[in-house]
Amino acid sequence: MEVGKISRVAGPLVQATGLKASMYDLVLVGEEGLMSEVIGISGNKHIIQVYEDTGGVRPGEPVKETGAPLVAQLGPGILTQIYDGIQRPLPMLAAASGDFISRGLFVDGIDHKKKWEFKPVVKKGDAVKPGQSIGEVQEQLLIKHKIMVPPNLKGGVIKEIYSGNFNVDETIAVLDDGTKLTMMHKWPVRRARPVTKKLAPTIPLRTGQRVIDGFFSLAKGGTAAIPGGFGTGKTVMQQTLSKWADVDIVVYVGCGERGNEMADLLHEFPELQDPRTGRPLMERSIVYANTSNMPVAAREASVYTGMTTSEYYRDMGYDVLMTADSTSRWAEAMREMGSRLEEMPGEEGYPAYLGARLADFYERAGRAEVLNGGQGSVSIVGAVSPPGGDFTEPVTQNTLRMVKVFWALDSKLTQRRHFPSINWLDSYSLYDLDLEPWFVQNVSPDWNKNKRRAMAILQENAELEEIVMLVGSDALPEDQQVTLEVARMIINFWLAQSAFHPVDTFSPYKKQFDLLASILKYRDYAFEAVQKGIPVAQITSVPSKDALAKVRLEAEYEPILAKVLAQMDTEFKALK
Amino acid sequence: MTKEYKTITEISGPLIFVEKTEPVGYMELVEIRTGGELKRGQVLDSSDEIVVVQIFEGTGGLSKDSAVSFTGDVIKMPLSPGIVGRVLSGSGKPRDGGPEIVPDVLRDIAGAAINPASREKPRAFIQTGISTIDGTNTLVRGQKLPIFSGAGLPHNDLALQIARQAKALGEAESFAVIFCAMGITNEEAQHFLADFERTGALERAVVFLNLADDPAVERILTPRLGLTTAEYLAFDLDMHVLIIYTDMTNYCESLRQMGAAREEVPGRRGYPGYMYTDLACQYERAGIIRGKKGSITQFPILTMPGDDITHPIPDLSGYITEGQIIVSRELHRKGIYPPIDIRPSLSRLMNSGIGKGHTREDHRAVSDQLYAYYAEGNDLRGLAAIVGKEALSERDKLVLEFADKFEKRFVNQGRDEDRSIFETLQIGWDLLADLPEAMLTRIDDKYIKVYHPKYAASAAKK
Ligand SMILES: Nc1ncnc2c1ncn2[C@@H]1O[C@H](COP(=O)(O)OP(=O)(O)OP(=O)(O)O)[C@@H](O)[C@H]1O
Ligand SMILES: Nc1ncnc2c1ncn2[C@@H]1O[C@H](COP(=O)(O)OP(=O)(O)O)[C@@H](O)[C@H]1O
Ligand SMILES: [Mg+2]
Ligand SMILES: [Mg+2]
Repeated sequence: MEVGKISRVAGPLVQATGLKASMYDLVLVGEEGLMSEVIGISGNKHIIQVYEDTGGVRPGEPVKETGAPLVAQLGPGILTQIYDGIQRPLPMLAAASGDFISRGLFVDGIDHKKKWEFKPVVKKGDAVKPGQSIGEVQEQLLIKHKIMVPPNLKGGVIKEIYSGNFNVDETIAVLDDGTKLTMMHKWPVRRARPVTKKLAPTIPLRTGQRVIDGFFSLAKGGTAAIPGGFGTGKTVMQQTLSKWADVDIVVYVGCGERGNEMADLLHEFPELQDPRTGRPLMERSIVYANTSNMPVAAREASVYTGMTTSEYYRDMGYDVLMTADSTSRWAEAMREMGSRLEEMPGEEGYPAYLGARLADFYERAGRAEVLNGGQGSVSIVGAVSPPGGDFTEPVTQNTLRMVKVFWALDSKLTQRRHFPSINWLDSYSLYDLDLEPWFVQNVSPDWNKNKRRAMAILQENAELEEIVMLVGSDALPEDQQVTLEVARMIINFWLAQSAFHPVDTFSPYKKQFDLLASILKYRDYAFEAVQKGIPVAQITSVPSKDALAKVRLEAEYEPILAKVLAQMDTEFKALK
Repeated sequence: MTKEYKTITEISGPLIFVEKTEPVGYMELVEIRTGGELKRGQVLDSSDEIVVVQIFEGTGGLSKDSAVSFTGDVIKMPLSPGIVGRVLSGSGKPRDGGPEIVPDVLRDIAGAAINPASREKPRAFIQTGISTIDGTNTLVRGQKLPIFSGAGLPHNDLALQIARQAKALGEAESFAVIFCAMGITNEEAQHFLADFERTGALERAVVFLNLADDPAVERILTPRLGLTTAEYLAFDLDMHVLIIYTDMTNYCESLRQMGAAREEVPGRRGYPGYMYTDLACQYERAGIIRGKKGSITQFPILTMPGDDITHPIPDLSGYITEGQIIVSRELHRKGIYPPIDIRPSLSRLMNSGIGKGHTREDHRAVSDQLYAYYAEGNDLRGLAAIVGKEALSERDKLVLEFADKFEKRFVNQGRDEDRSIFETLQIGWDLLADLPEAMLTRIDDKYIKVYHPKYAASAAKK
């Protein structure tokens, strides 16, 4: 392996001569051996991005080749970890260098000393294919880690296989061609892991968020973008989804965002319970925290390391949710490296390949039949942080070309403290029709019908509001005044949902359905009353209407809702 | 030991290009001697033959035969407990006639990132005595909460009032104030210093002054020096540090100027593409570290060019800080002080610092309800202007009146009025009590039954 020499240092970018390394190979820069990646080769010069701070690094210092690209270490021990962008466990970094991250530290992605109990699921003489499970490890109380033949090997016949306690470097099986298998393998993070076949998105990913499940649902294996100006609720939504989504594994990538937010998440996840299992959320989670003040090159890599670990658990047959907060910071890292490389910039200074990179990333999502035989999925929710909250900018636009679900955050709603601030007129889900049969079969035959009714009311409301702006609401016909009131109920009693309310943060499908059905029921009563000539003021001041506002805050809501509906019936009958 | 070069090949704006024979480190401190004067600079680009150096004191007076020496080390700040009470220049030299700081330690001013896994979640409520902050945009210790303002608005008074009144409830602890001025006028700086002196705050303050007529490039150092000092006081000396720096807009202008001098591909509106990262490296130096007693709370002040919140400076800041306090020209014109518009203001860490055990259990609900009707009332002002107040429904009239009263009673307060959080919540309840109880849809009945003025007296008896 060659050792080259630094010829120039400018920020995170270093040039070196005398190297033979290939594009995207990992190299170690300077006396301290800073982790770096080759991102350009021109003549006898290698252009290298350094994953760590380069202050004090000088021309003339050595650059060592490693002969391999940036890889993730895949094996038991990934769950519950909190990593930086290049899969170094942050607590290990703290143990090595204290509370401030210093540089030139090497830490394995998983613990190589820990012994895990390996239970084979194949035996001597069995033929095994790439990606096939050869055994299992109980990684967490409820999560089995499948040990698979690495998909980049060709497989073979098992010559020997052992059971018992091993660390991830010890041989657990030998193939007929002499290949030794361990519980860990390495995978280049920029390369997608293969699957047998991609499957259609026909199962919703339950989030417990009414505006999402009810209006703009995400499918398992689907992709969603959540763009919004600062403070509109991207992070809170991603954290809420990470808490309540019905997936087996959550990979949370904090890419160029705040340190205190990561502290918050690391504080909460070990304490909160997974609603499906009652176990701490942390047990099913993997966190990447490459905050805004950590090196940009590692920020750029974090999205790929996160994706590779997501795919790895998908390959075991799990449903994985990966959230990336924020993909704009990732794009900016590309822009920063691009401009230091003096590449020809595209739109707004972003590199011309921005669209291609985003496409490659979102293409790695999907529900699939995995090499292992079962089914797994990776769903992606990517936050986008458009400058000035303006969605016409390149990152938002390139993202919308790829993703199927668009949750448009609206700062006008934020200013009203209407959360989640997802604009119900601009947002969409292209999985809508694919998912309708599932809701009919699994929740209610009326699910889709009610959803369309509610949407139509909101649409009409928007048109009416324009008229109201000109003439005031009293000038509207009575039935339209009722529509305004019903829209207000849908918005305030149903779409609004605080992520911080102990009960309302998560709304099961049945509750979502019952609440909306009750609002629509009020609408029917109200229209009937209008027909009978009852004044609007009376219709909109029935006490049961306000009582309906608070039903969502109750865990055992059913008896309360039944009472409110009975009261509504009585009150409307009494109107004259 | 360090070699002197007289090989400046080019001087361009704040930059010099120097040929040299020995390797020079990226970010290394450089000293340039010309006449009797010593200037300092920093290496921005280092290659085999040539280095690019930015000069903090400006390149005025430099010539091709000025002597350049490379110190072999990055820029470090001398620190010792004696720094408290000192007034320093924007590049850290004494400005108060006192001696140089005799260092106990020297710290790299670039500052390493706090390991996210070592951070403690900030959640200690800080009472500023200002209702629009405590009640609706609560500050917690370890937060970075900027003030977004505009030229000619009373952001300095607000910052000073916060610095005077801020306290953690029920604790007497050692704390310090760091004040960094970047490109503000002498008059503004004197306003701060006079107030610090009047209240005795100067004794526990460290002041860094880069004024409007000081070199612009020096401004790139100023917040770094302030923050390095803050980290020392907080994490070595266990102090709670409040750092105010103003005006971040001037700092960003200096960044833009440097980028232009280097002929970089600019990002939005001519600001460097790395401005987000650069700002993050300042703002992220706030917080609390697990196991340490001190903390760093930041109050950056920035004036929004053209009052435009989508301008890159406030926009990128808002994406990094933990909320923002917006000073509104409209409220200022109405004569309201502090003219804080709560609608676009935000404290992202509010939730962890309020509620039972911190402030009061009904805090979140009261705040949400105030927001909802203030925002709606504001929208209705537009409608009322068009169709007339009479055309509004009864409900809408109530909401409209609510918004007016909210500004007069909740937002408006005296420059020395230090309201307790309970007084603030009480004002909120009094305003809400003017609305029919059924309209309080964001407040759990259990809180209404205890805190609504209608029930409060009898609830208190029980
Ligand atoms: N997210 C939303 N989706 C749909 N309608 C909304 C939403 N938020 C608010 N509305 C209702 O629709 C009305 C019009 O919305 P909004 O003010 O956002 O429209 P606009 O055309 O952007 O306004 P303007 O032109 O006055 O800036 C609002 O007054 C509000 O009641
Ligand atoms: N679903 C929600 N329920 C309640 N409050 C929310 C919700 N979403 C956002 N918020 C509020 O808005 C603030 C900003 O949200 P955040 O997700 O940090 O914004 P962004 O990531 O878009 O900048 C939060 O601190 C919180 O107070
Ligand atoms: Mg965010
Ligand atoms: Mg409008």
